[in-house]
Amino acid sequence: MTAAAQTGADAFVRLRKVRKEFGPPRMLGFGSRRTVVAVENVSFSIPAGSTFGLVGESGSGKSTIARLMLKLEQPTSGEVTVEGRDIFGQTAREVKAYRRNVQAVLQDPYGALSPRLRVRDIIGEPLAAQGASRELISEEVPRLLETVGLAREAGERYPHQFSGGQRQRIAIARALSVHPRLLVLDEPVSALDVSIRAQILILLRSMQERLGLTYLFIGHDLAIVKYMSAVVGVMYFGRMVEIGPANELLRRPLHPYTRRLVAVASMTEPLGRHRLTDELPNPLDPPSGCHFRMCCPYATERCVAQVPPLRDTGRQHHVACHYFEDIERGTKAETGPQSMSADAATPSS
Amino acid sequence: MALVEVRDLCVEFGSVERPVQAVSHVDLTIENGEIVGIAGESGSGKTTLCAALIHALPRTARVSGEVTFDNRSILTMSPRELRKLRGREISMILQNPMTSLDPLFTIGNQMGEVLSARGTAARALRAREIELLRSVHLTAPEARLRQYPHELSGGMRQRILIAMASATAPKLLLADEPTTALDATIQEEILVLFREIRDRFGTAIAIVTHDLGVIRRICDRVIIMYAGRIVEEGPVEEIFGAPRHPYTRALLASIPVLDDDRVVIQAIPGQVPNLAELGNFCPFAQRCPMVIDRCRGESPPANLSAARHRTFCWRAGEAA
Repeated sequence: MTAAAQTGADAFVRLRKVRKEFGPPRMLGFGSRRTVVAVENVSFSIPAGSTFGLVGESGSGKSTIARLMLKLEQPTSGEVTVEGRDIFGQTAREVKAYRRNVQAVLQDPYGALSPRLRVRDIIGEPLAAQGASRELISEEVPRLLETVGLAREAGERYPHQFSGGQRQRIAIARALSVHPRLLVLDEPVSALDVSIRAQILILLRSMQERLGLTYLFIGHDLAIVKYMSAVVGVMYFGRMVEIGPANELLRRPLHPYTRRLVAVASMTEPLGRHRLTDELPNPLDPPSGCHFRMCCPYATERCVAQVPPLRDTGRQHHVACHYFEDIERGTKAETGPQSMSADAATPSS
Repeated sequence: MALVEVRDLCVEFGSVERPVQAVSHVDLTIENGEIVGIAGESGSGKTTLCAALIHALPRTARVSGEVTFDNRSILTMSPRELRKLRGREISMILQNPMTSLDPLFTIGNQMGEVLSARGTAARALRAREIELLRSVHLTAPEARLRQYPHELSGGMRQRILIAMASATAPKLLLADEPTTALDATIQEEILVLFREIRDRFGTAIAIVTHDLGVIRRICDRVIIMYAGRIVEEGPVEEIFGAPRHPYTRALLASIPVLDDDRVVIQAIPGQVPNLAELGNFCPFAQRCPMVIDRCRGESPPANLSAARHRTFCWRAGEAA
């Protein structure tokens, strides 16, 4: 844990050993406790004014991280600080300030806007909640609409009169209305048409430059995450498996999971080089050791026995794999995958 | 003779005075054993086109033109003939593997229903089911047959649907956004299965998607649609290597590329046009950087640059 990306004293956002379990509360002593660990031992930090990209498949825990940042969930253990202050030990007043400082733009621009409100009320709502006067709101809303590239008069219309890309602009205008410092962007372009995505990505980048915003950008498209981010973290099944500068990590991915993602996205490998497997980790009965071992071509018995820690490569790049050095050199034999049935946990028929 | 031939197909919805042409004057062919990608954004008419290929359009649709499958005219077939065709010679896979299976029945039950409807004898059912699940590389097929859809991941469900769709060795497989709901590494596995089906049975596969990456990965040929019309069509290497229509070029330039260190992307200004307001001219004219007066006056005809590479653009000949 030495890289600036992980400890950085000047970090704006910092997560330390964050763990989040879902399940019945501890107090209820009856029945067997079946908890799902959605996020396990995740640490990273985001310097002010930069973008941290979080990549992973569905169920990897990336949206749980977003919800923690928005204070929609409490971590089971670990610490989340923004500007050095623990966000889960705030006074009522600090909570209100936090809600202003941190805003979100989520995936679905259809679900994010109330169909019954005019756009001016949608954009003005956070301002009103922060106690802004009516005059101020009616001044601010047209200005915000212009900032995100919509007509000033658009405020009089309703969300259904806009296309998906325009709605996402409205959601961005709403997020910017209270002058936040951090935006949580959870798949903000995934639901948009291909020809509209670029418009929104370019808008988000120019907003960041102009307003000095800090972004937590969650996505599954590696090229888009790379376009947006300075540092990228790759999550697999609740754990951070690789973290490093975007260019370095995506040019030289070291974790077998990241390597596979990159190979698929850049089409450098012929289709079907990988063996098909249908064994995915079960959240209620997680595999021992490395979570990726059931799909990993390099897995060994060590991967069944030991959880690989995040280790430094010396290039501000950290990887949670026992064998990343050998894999990088190309000397690691293909000994995997190590299936669940190998440790006799599940009968196979 | 190609397996599928579509001639001057138009599909209209809405009132007769102000029709919305969801598919407008489309010509295309699909050869036996070919994997064709149909690409377009939402509202481009790709799903409507797909439904027209199996004559499964809603009753309110007004259809003109001709669709032939294996030398038989689809649009004039009786419901009885269509039923015989669908599921045997033409199979379909839909976008959402979560809703294509009935949550109340086991996998074995649902596969059995499909197989016996297509003439598999009752005592051979189980063996055939297991064989099919093996063909899509599912482990422990016997156990899978006793499971319910919610016990399986999205990728596994999609594989089961592919197994069911390929059970009759169809001549044509239509897949509407088959990988959109799936994660990247699972997507790859589904594409491998498509190719195996083509190689095994010589099945022609039409994949409808907005994801150009999927098309580049597996298709032989690609058809690019915009606002209900084909704007460009050709072999995958040519379209991705040297696109000729301004829309195709803009689309490719708007997608960030992974192996580039300094990524520059170019946005396409404007919005997808409203189909009801489109006249008989180039649908991309209002967003096109190369637009000339003629584009707003007349629909461009096909411009053939190579065998099977068609571009519908007045200026396709000039620019490079």
